[in-house]
Amino acid sequence: MTTAAEALPARPQPSAAARAWAFVRRHALGFYSVLALTYLMLPIAVVILFSLNQPAGRFNYTWEKFTFDNWTNWDAVPGIRDAVILSLEIALLSTIVATVLGTLVALALVRHRFRARGSTNLLVFLPMATPEIVLGASLLTLFLQVRFATGFTTIFIAHVMFIISYVVVTVKARLVGFDRHLEEAAMDLGANEWVTFYKVTLPLIAPAILSAALLGFAISIDDFVITYFNAGSETTFPLFVWGAARVAVPPQVNVVASAIFLIAITAMVINVIIQSRRGRQAKGIA
Amino acid sequence: MIAGQKQARIAWRGTSRGSVTLIHRHRWLAPLLLLAPGLAWLAVFFLVPLGFLGYQSLESGSFETGYSFTWEFSNFWDAITGYDEQLIRSFLYAGIATVATLLISYPLVYWIAFHGGRWKNLLLLFIVAPFFVTYLIRTLAWQNILADEGPVVGFLRNIHVLDADGRLLATTLAVVAGITYNFLPFMALPVYVSLEQIDARLLEAAQDLYASKTKAFLRVTLPLSAPGIVAGTLLTFIPAAGDFINAQLLGTPNQYMIGNVIQSKYLELIDYPAAASLSFVLMALIMISLLVYARVVGTERLTG
Repeated sequence: MTTAAEALPARPQPSAAARAWAFVRRHALGFYSVLALTYLMLPIAVVILFSLNQPAGRFNYTWEKFTFDNWTNWDAVPGIRDAVILSLEIALLSTIVATVLGTLVALALVRHRFRARGSTNLLVFLPMATPEIVLGASLLTLFLQVRFATGFTTIFIAHVMFIISYVVVTVKARLVGFDRHLEEAAMDLGANEWVTFYKVTLPLIAPAILSAALLGFAISIDDFVITYFNAGSETTFPLFVWGAARVAVPPQVNVVASAIFLIAITAMVINVIIQSRRGRQAKGIA
Repeated sequence: MIAGQKQARIAWRGTSRGSVTLIHRHRWLAPLLLLAPGLAWLAVFFLVPLGFLGYQSLESGSFETGYSFTWEFSNFWDAITGYDEQLIRSFLYAGIATVATLLISYPLVYWIAFHGGRWKNLLLLFIVAPFFVTYLIRTLAWQNILADEGPVVGFLRNIHVLDADGRLLATTLAVVAGITYNFLPFMALPVYVSLEQIDARLLEAAQDLYASKTKAFLRVTLPLSAPGIVAGTLLTFIPAAGDFINAQLLGTPNQYMIGNVIQSKYLELIDYPAAASLSFVLMALIMISLLVYARVVGTERLTG
């Protein structure tokens, strides 16, 4: 009895070079991807690395000595603490306001048919399609014309303005697949419109609102250009960095940036893990 | 007492039902109430300022004498002729950077979408990770990496790609590379979304019909990912054309883009009319390039 393999004529063994070439071809994409991901991570690694550096002079450019001092004395540089606090305050306040306003607009756009839908969509889209420098400059023009002093209020106004559009887009994307029968069922069971909204609609769209708020917070805390135009004498963290970059950036700036990065990335990783668990559970039930 | 409570409850129900019927009777009121606060904010703090910017772009005068509105259309002419170099540079750099983000990110997100398996979301996190480091600090990190005394320049000098006094920092290459890095996630994410949605059975079908791997990619995968490429191009090109941070931190005045001019006219030279007309020229040129792009790729793809 002969097996099929033996019956077949012996295939010529591929040469070592050909095998190596086949290996490269099969794994080229994966290898490239690892390189590309390394490229994406490189500046982040540099930021974190130099937060642990003890610079010899004023410039934190070359690696000298490992130290934790910058982390324990992160607010040793005058002004950095106030700048971080201001950034957090602005981000929190403007995110809350913009999330409420943006969610309402998204609800109206998805659930109601009205004549101005097209122009509403356009008005929401336009700020995202306008270069930041134009947004910042035009807003400053407004404040100059009406003689409104720039400062905390104007930063807040600017941030709400550019976050709203992102909130509308994010919430709208999730609302499109929303099952309206659930609301109808609640109404059939005697709930009025407010109760239905509060007990059915809101819990269902809460994840969308939360991710919109997180996005808004991230954009706000990172914004430099628009804030630069409308900050007056106030200094947010990005403005502090800008000022420092004109002379020499202290390692404490790297510390704050690394801390923001690590907090954000931890939150995201936890989110990914929870989502994938939930996905697996859902599959298990099905 | 009990009767009073009952009456109060009825009255309360009455008002509640009243407000509900009010919305029922005037169905058009509901969207209006939802839209009003958000749209008012955008109108007052986005549209009105654009109007003021337009008004200011037609003013004449100087910082010392003050500005007055005189329909000074020559501001626009001055903006275009005086800063043609920076305008061309902005669009050139933004264009090159947009193509570069596409070339770098496409194979990467392709690999994540088709070979990522259960690690997809975690790998995606690598792509958005740069967003969590403040924009300015990311750019400063590149300043650090490309510095003359840094390892990259040292290596390139050793293998004679760079001359002994050759530099990377303060060159056009550094500015374009900085823009590319900073806006890469804007290209990568939409392309990933469109690749992820592709039904794997379509590719199997193509191979069953004797398409080679290359042909299946060119005829099936690439066209199906086109919406993502279009969205990514818009998201990358528009902010890149208005950027001034990369030119400022990684370049010299020889690399300055139109954003640098607007910024310094506005905040350092206090020449508002010139800054305002330059802003409008920038927006108009972006609009024109989008229209050209729309003609090339087809309008239906642009509006999705």
